[in-house]
Amino acid sequence: MSKTAASDISHLAPPTTSFMSRLITYGGWAVLIFVLAISFKAVEMDNLPKLFTNSANTQTLLKEYMHPDFSDWRNYVDKMWLTIQIAIWGTVASVIMAVPFSLLCASNIAPQWIVQIARRLMDILRSVNELVLATLFLVAVGPGALAGVLALSLHNAGVLAKLFSEAVEAIDKAPVEGVRATGGNRLHEIVWGVFPQVAPLWTSFALYRFESSARSATVLGLIGAGGIGAVLFDNLQSFDYANTSAIAIIIIIAVTGIDFLSQAIRKHLL
Amino acid sequence: MPQPLVEVSAVSKTYTIKADGAKPRGTLKALNNVSFTMDKPERIALIGPSGSGKSTLLRSIGGLLIDDASSGDIKVMGQAIQSKGRLAGNVRQARMNLGMIAQQFNLVGRLSLFTNAALGHLGKVNGLRGFFGLWSKDEKMAVMRALDHVGVASKANQRANTLSGGQQQRGAIARAIVQDAKVILADEPVASLDPVTARKVMELLVKVNTEDKVGVIVTLHQVDYAKRYCDRILALKDGVIVYDGPAGGLSGDKLKDIYGEEIEDAYWEGAVS
Repeated sequence: MSKTAASDISHLAPPTTSFMSRLITYGGWAVLIFVLAISFKAVEMDNLPKLFTNSANTQTLLKEYMHPDFSDWRNYVDKMWLTIQIAIWGTVASVIMAVPFSLLCASNIAPQWIVQIARRLMDILRSVNELVLATLFLVAVGPGALAGVLALSLHNAGVLAKLFSEAVEAIDKAPVEGVRATGGNRLHEIVWGVFPQVAPLWTSFALYRFESSARSATVLGLIGAGGIGAVLFDNLQSFDYANTSAIAIIIIIAVTGIDFLSQAIRKHLL
Repeated sequence: MPQPLVEVSAVSKTYTIKADGAKPRGTLKALNNVSFTMDKPERIALIGPSGSGKSTLLRSIGGLLIDDASSGDIKVMGQAIQSKGRLAGNVRQARMNLGMIAQQFNLVGRLSLFTNAALGHLGKVNGLRGFFGLWSKDEKMAVMRALDHVGVASKANQRANTLSGGQQQRGAIARAIVQDAKVILADEPVASLDPVTARKVMELLVKVNTEDKVGVIVTLHQVDYAKRYCDRILALKDGVIVYDGPAGGLSGDKLKDIYGEEIEDAYWEGAVS
């Protein structure tokens, strides 16, 4: 018999979960199941079998998609390149806006009252979808790439300012104090103490948003903000599925390529 | 009479402690009416048990902590760092006379050792040059001279976070030399170093003190290091100076008074005698 078995442990009791804690856990699951049940009809889940009963239509569509028409490929590649340029400009502009705002959003850099104002402003930018922003800019600057760039840059500025500020709030304050102790001013502390610490994370976040922007820029084209999305929309409207298929393939290749490249750079940085 | 390098007059610092579980919100007096003066470039060791106020005193001198409003003044080379719980208006100017090194070196890990040491110029160059790191040829040579002086010139191009603790600590001392600091404040500079490297860093501080006439105030947990490498010892207990005198005059009884009876068990070679 082991020594531990011999000792008297009658006064000990294994840890238990409180009734309230169990109530919250099971209650949470019950609420989720209830919400799914009452929304079953609203989202037409009862039509799911049509996916198989209407398969003839789907098959016809898929057949046309299986024969992509690349005869106009130069135009598609041109437009895809424009979409990528929209994403590049949109991302760079958003980074330029996000850097100062992220510092104003960081509670270890700016006073609390400025932090609150800056954070709410960024919340607003982040919560308005690129599509909504693009419709506003389409009216302001007319249809085309610029509306896409402006929409992407504003929305991403809100996203990046939040991510950047969280990175700033997580820095090690010792190197910043090291810079302060040399007699450097507040700006020196940020440039030499904060930026070198957050640079890899910031770059990684910016690249991640570039990937996301490349996908979003395609969708923005559908509403007239230039690029491959506009061509895709035209072909869909005219039921030209062979061309649509070719465009979709080019989009997939480009977006996948950007994702791979961006991931490789991010992996190298972190 | 020449100007004192450091003057600390009646400094007190009280921390507010947040409520934690059953413990209510409270206060902790880390420094209680502490005064001392460094008249010439000497080596002062600040010793005392953990929580006795050593680091608080050092950070107060550097203006990295604001003292209580009831406090007196802290001056470096006659320039005020803080007074009555307020940082002096020209604290940046006053800090230029102070080089600070810390247990974790306080270097910017992703920057080269050269750039870290060059940051010692920040207080002396105009805003834009400091912002972009546009150092003149003379300033660059001053950095290399300082790195050579502390024995790490060959590591100038290496990122600080790829260097050993001892090399990083030497880089921090080089930054203080570039800064042309008149006093180095070292907060437990050897706490995270192996004994051999720790000895070398302490010898380097002695060298900077004797050759460059830079005053050194160093917090240490190792009493034997304090006795061996410093001229003067300031011992703190519960935020009060309980000994201020020559290193050789610190008796075993005084050490027992500071650290408690167990101090004898902490030494093998009769350091407490």
